[in-house]
Amino acid sequence: MKAYLTRRYMFSASHRLHSDAMSDAENVAIYGKCNNPYGHGHNYTLEVMVSGPVDEKTGMVCNLVGLDEFVRGQILERFDHQNLNTLPEFAQAVPTTENLCVLIYDILQRGFRGAHLEKVRFEETMMNSFEYWGQNQVIE
Amino acid sequence: MVYLTRKAEFSASHYYHNPEFSAEENQRIFGKCSNPNGHGHNYTLEVTVKGEVDPRSGFVVDLKQLKETMSREVLDALDHRFLNKEVPEFFTAIPTTENLAIAIWQRLSPKLNAARLHRVRVYETPDLFVDFYGEA
Repeated sequence: MKAYLTRRYMFSASHRLHSDAMSDAENVAIYGKCNNPYGHGHNYTLEVMVSGPVDEKTGMVCNLVGLDEFVRGQILERFDHQNLNTLPEFAQAVPTTENLCVLIYDILQRGFRGAHLEKVRFEETMMNSFEYWGQNQVIE
Repeated sequence: MVYLTRKAEFSASHYYHNPEFSAEENQRIFGKCSNPNGHGHNYTLEVTVKGEVDPRSGFVVDLKQLKETMSREVLDALDHRFLNKEVPEFFTAIPTTENLAIAIWQRLSPKLNAARLHRVRVYETPDLFVDFYGEA
């Protein structure tokens, strides 16, 4: 029996959307208030969806203790209360939530062995959210 | 094809324990969830059905009928129950949210006639939910 389990986490960080490949005027035109030179912050909600057969002995798809430990150690401790623009991961890339989504997916995909990773979803605010499924197919 | 989702809430208690595991293993794997006195949650259930829109009624499914089926087959059996002790599925299976989603699917699936069941989503807390699509 295959089931999908989703766990939510929260962290707070700041960022500024600005690309050195574009002129200042272009940056303002494209990123608007997100281009404010001093940056701004969000309370990000991160959803990690994993899937797999429900283990007959434990009744679980994934041991939550292991997932929590991984996310706390590899993601929350690295990103919480940081300015994303100052992190090496965003030295070249603009810290949009799209890029953040792909980055977090890659960290989980490479390091977490407790279950199959399906999807990473971010809520940047109550009004917008972003999803990355890697190479997997989106469920109908 | 249109998808329709109906939500419901129920409250129940449970604990996690596998008699095949030693006391230490149960404690290590299930942690505070293994306390045999149980603990409770306010569960939120989302049932998604799919079907074609009936040209005469404009409905995928009669919502009143879906609500009644959910109440009769699921809520009456689970709400304000100790899952391990009062719900037959969990006399043997551990009442994890995963197994709860599967049990709810199995209770609902044969009872829905007009629309087909697409997904059962069970929130144990606002930060944790399980989806079951009926996949083997």
